[in-house]
Parts: sequence; structure tokens; C-alpha cells
Amino acid sequence: MKSFDRSDSKLVLAHVLFAFAALFIGGVAGLLQSMVKSGSIELPANIGYYELLTAHGVLMALIFTTYFIVGFLYSGVSHTLGGKLLPVSRKLGWYGYALMSVGTVMGVIVILLGKASVLYTFYAPMKASPWFYIALALVVVGSWLSGFGIFYQYIRWKKGNKGKLSPLFAYMSVVTMLLWQICTIGVAIEVVVQLIPWSFGWVDTVNVVLSRTLFWYFGHPLVYFWLLPAYICWYVVIPKVIGGKIFSDSLARLSFMLFLLFSIPVGFHHQLMEPGISPFWKYLQVVLTFMVIIPSLMTAFSMFATFELYGRSKGAKGTFGWVKKLPWKDVRFFAPFMGMLIFIPAGAGGIINASNQMNAVVHNTLWVTGHFHITVATSVALTFFGILYWLIPAITGRVLTPRMNKLGMIQTIIWCVGMFFMSGAMHIVGLFGSPRRTAYNTYNDHPDAVLWMPYHVAMAIGGSILFIGVILIVYNIIGLLRAPRGETEYPIGEVSEASEKTPAFLERWGLWIGIAVALIVFAYTLPLVDMIMNNVPSPGYVTW
Amino acid sequence: MHLHRLEKTWLKFGISMLAVFLIVLGVMAFSMGMKPPSEHHHTVDPTKVAETAPFDNPGLNQIGKNHYEAVMTAYAFGFEPAVPLEVPVGSKVDFIVTSSDVVHGFAIVGTNVNMMIVPGEVSHVTHTFDKPGEYLILCNEYCGTGHEFMAITIVVQ
Repeated sequence: MKSFDRSDSKLVLAHVLFAFAALFIGGVAGLLQSMVKSGSIELPANIGYYELLTAHGVLMALIFTTYFIVGFLYSGVSHTLGGKLLPVSRKLGWYGYALMSVGTVMGVIVILLGKASVLYTFYAPMKASPWFYIALALVVVGSWLSGFGIFYQYIRWKKGNKGKLSPLFAYMSVVTMLLWQICTIGVAIEVVVQLIPWSFGWVDTVNVVLSRTLFWYFGHPLVYFWLLPAYICWYVVIPKVIGGKIFSDSLARLSFMLFLLFSIPVGFHHQLMEPGISPFWKYLQVVLTFMVIIPSLMTAFSMFATFELYGRSKGAKGTFGWVKKLPWKDVRFFAPFMGMLIFIPAGAGGIINASNQMNAVVHNTLWVTGHFHITVATSVALTFFGILYWLIPAITGRVLTPRMNKLGMIQTIIWCVGMFFMSGAMHIVGLFGSPRRTAYNTYNDHPDAVLWMPYHVAMAIGGSILFIGVILIVYNIIGLLRAPRGETEYPIGEVSEASEKTPAFLERWGLWIGIAVALIVFAYTLPLVDMIMNNVPSPGYVTW
Repeated sequence: MHLHRLEKTWLKFGISMLAVFLIVLGVMAFSMGMKPPSEHHHTVDPTKVAETAPFDNPGLNQIGKNHYEAVMTAYAFGFEPAVPLEVPVGSKVDFIVTSSDVVHGFAIVGTNVNMMIVPGEVSHVTHTFDKPGEYLILCNEYCGTGHEFMAITIVVQ
């Protein structure tokens, strides 16, 4: 067994530790929010609820995820494409890290100074400090450099291994970063062309409908940027962890390509309730949105096929006998598995959200907050947590002890219980109409709003349990960094013998990028022309 | 590319359900009048809302038997008119709403009325109030420090 390259492990570890520092600060903000929202505490004079909310959203949804993802992808790319990063790729990784870190620190300072209480969606014409937008731009450009590093390593590998199929992990990493490059172009144009000149006062007005559309062109694929690395763990790592095989290499690749195609030209399903977009284009993008259900069904099938084949190879009998054969006491399996299981109701909730006119029932209610707390903050986060228990030992030359495994199991259970209370209460009270992103108020004790309060208290209870989970995961990381020395294998699954050869067209990038661009042009051109021609400019406002 | 027999069945079933679901949504939206609110562009200069008709005179106007028009302006942090609206049970109300500053939300708790109010655009939604009560109209899109105080009521009796 070849050990992980030590200079690459520094880069990976730097990303992972930054991610969890962000998770911790974001977690403190989240805990305080749930306390304020339930009327349990009032914040000391100078801290605003919406500053905390902005910090929580930015640190959790943008910083924690992006850092972890870059670190995780680099680890797998280093391991599967030649055993170490090429000097150019490693340099790009560090430059990206530096730019993102400057951006993050700058952004957090501006937010905590109260100059950018615009939440992580920063909808114009609320006008934040230009330094907030510049900070975001630095994070995005930094992540681009990291992406280029992955592309470079992949291209060089392909050149040196002509005719060979690329490793599945690397292929999936390239798809994930490609998705990211294509979708962040939208938010980059919004921030650099529209918001920065406007917030400096170089131009007086902003096209609001256009800015929202550019944001959501980015905002939906953003969630797939979170999800795809979790899928990499599910497809490539989990089979190895349980001792089974990857069900099908070609179907895994095909599902990733379908995610690339159908996660971008779909942003209007976040804008269903707003004016300025015709119902035809909204419905068209709803149809495209629902196409991602196909690769999701394929993923679900592959996962359970892997589990069942493994169980049967261990002599399981009956229809569901294989369930008992799975390694339930191994956190490296259990945490991502809980993520998978919770993704079933979470995905169903997503279908409800995107259902065109039916979105009116849930739009901007706490239901939506509940939705992304069981998708990104449970399915994705639990998978990322589960990755830590083999990734840190593998890259630092240590071993996972039974004690750390047990702490990991406890952490997973705490997370699930906390999320059950918090996200469950959010979903229910959202259906009763309680708005999201709204501080404590009973609306003059209106009977409807008073009815929401017990649910807001349940959210605070769940939030407090989750905060214990945050503390425990930080403790576990420290424990993993101090675990006994030894060799831990980087788990990469092998493809089942029964699976057929992967067709070459799945690696014809020009073809797939071409289809992706064609779909984007089809879904967005006419609405964008319309928004630019019918521009009703608005000045900026500071309302906090 | 090879697909397992069971996976074929699984995908065929899933894709058929998806098709049925999307057709139902489309038929409801386009031939049963259940499109999302605010069909397309109706623009107003967001800096001159108070001088532009009909927003120069916000309020409730009766336009037919049991049919009203509610012209409203959303601003940080309230709605014009600021007094509770009153309509009889069974009234159909056309809400015509714009913003004089930032983006706001417009939701009536206990109904399916839920739309975004974007400066420069005029949002439209119609609702028939069949049950008496005091309905809470609130802003459900973050709009600034006083966002949680942005609400009025509509009394149906």
C-alpha cells in the first residue's frame, strides 16, 4: 500500500481545517439565531439577528462546503491520478486557497461590522459595502484556480495514459468542477459587472430582475456542487468501505453527466413567484429541473444494488437479509448511509418546491429552510463528516481507533436527532405559513403567528442539539489528528466483474459541454434579452 | 451501455410517473388558469411609485359585485394603505402590488397567496376569500432590519 503524498496532505488538510473552522463559527451563529427566533433570548445591543443570519449562511453554505469540496477532490485526484499532485496543480491549489481565504476573512469582517446584512443571496437593490462583493468575487476566483488545478492534473494524466479509462474519482471531480466553472460565470457577471460598480457609486442604478436571474443561474447548480462530491463518496468510496464493488462504472459516469446537463438551465424554479418572467419560460425550466430526477433514480438504484450484492456475497438470504450484513457500526459507512436515507424525503421535498404553481404553498416559508437543512446540512454534511474518519487518517498516516469510531457514531446520531427536531419543525410550521429569514415577532399576537411559536421552540431545541454535534465533530477532528500512527488505505472502490466496459463517449468532453451550453442558451436567451430590453433600473438602498 | 433488467423497470416506472406529473402541472397551469402569479412584465418607475397611477392612490376599490381591487405599495417596513383592508365573505380580490424600495414578499397566511414584490415590476394575484376571519398579510422576503414588523391584515366578514 502506497502512502499519501505528504506535501499534498498539507494542502488537503489546510482546506479541511478551514472548512470546519467556518462550520464552528457558522454553528455559533446558527445556535444564537434559533434562540432569538424562538423568543428565548435577546441579542446584546450591537449584534443584529440579520448579521448573524448573513454570517451563518455565508460560512455554512458557501465557505464550509467549498473548502471541504476542494480539499476532498484534491485528495482523490492526487491519489488516483498518479499518486501525487503535479507541481502546477499543487501551486494552483495553494493560490486558490490563499485567494479564497483572503476573501473569506474580508467578507466575515464586513458582515460583522454590519456593512453587509444582505444574507448570502445579497438581492439587489439592497446595497452592501463594495468590499463584501469583492470578498465574494475573491472566493469565486480562488475556487476557479483550484478547479484549473484539477483540470490540469486530469489532462496531463490523459496525455500520459492514451486510450485508458480515467479513474472514476478523477472523472467525477472534473465533472463537479466543470459544473462549478459554468455556473459561477453567472454570479461573477452579477457581482463584477452589476454590483461592484454600483456599490462604489460609479453607476447609479441596477437591473434588479436581471441580477436575480444571474444569481439563480448560479444558485441552483450551487446545490449540485455540494451534492456531487457526496455522490463521489457514495459511488466510489462506500463500496470499498463495506467491502463490496461498484455496481456499474458507466452508469455512474452517465448519471454525473446528466447532473451536469440538467442542474444549470433551471434557475427559474427559484423565481416562480416573481414578476418579470413569462409563465412559459418558468414552466420550461421546471420541466428541465425535473430531469435531474432520472440520474437521482439511477444513483439510488446503484447504491442499493451495491449493498444488496455485497450482502448476498456474504451469504444473506431472503429479500432483505442483506440489510443485516452491512457494517452498521462503522462510522465511515453509517454517517454517509444516514445521509443517503435522509436524502429520500429531502429529494421529495425538493420536487414539491420546484412544482411550478404549487411553489406558492411553500415559497419563502420555513419549509424551504427545513428543506435545505436536510439536504445540504444533513445528506451532504453527514457524508462529509463520514469522509473525515478515513480521509484524515489516510493523509496524515494515522489509524481510526475504535474509540474515535464510536465518537463518530455518537456524533452522527446527535446530528440526526437534532435535525429531526429542527428541520421537522421547520417543514411543518412552514406549511402553516411561518416566513423564513424573519426575526422573532408574534405580529401583535395574531392567532396564526402565536400557533407557530411551539414549532420555533422545537427548532431551538433541535438547533441546540445540533450545536452539540458541531462541538463533537470539531473534537473528533482534533482526536483524529492525534490518533496513533499507522497506515490507512485511501478507499477507492473497484468495479464489479459483472459490469460491462465503459463506452468512450462518456469521456468526450466537447460533446457534453456542447449539450450543456445548448441547453443553457435555449432556456435563458429569450428571457435574458427580454430582461435587458425591459430594464427598469432601481437605485440602491441600505435598509439595515 | 448495459442496463440491468430491474434497473430498466425502475427507470421506466420513474420516468413515466415524472411525465404524468409534469403533464398534470402543465395542464393545470395553462388551461385551468393556475399559472404562477404576476404574469410577465408590468413595469413602473420604482423612484416615482407615489406619483404613478394606480399607486398614487393605494387602497381598496370595488370593481364589481363581490369583486375588489387592492392597490398596494410595499416599502421598508410596511404596506400602503397602512390600515386593515375590509371585505365581505365571498369577495374576490385582485391584489396589485409594487415596491417603492427593495425586494419584498407578499404572503397571506392561510391562503395560497404568495408572491415576490420587485422594484420596477408590478405583481398581480387574485384570491377569493370564502371564510371569514382576520388574515395576516406579511412580507416573507428579507428586506432589512425591521423586516419582521412588516405586516398588515385583511378582515373578511
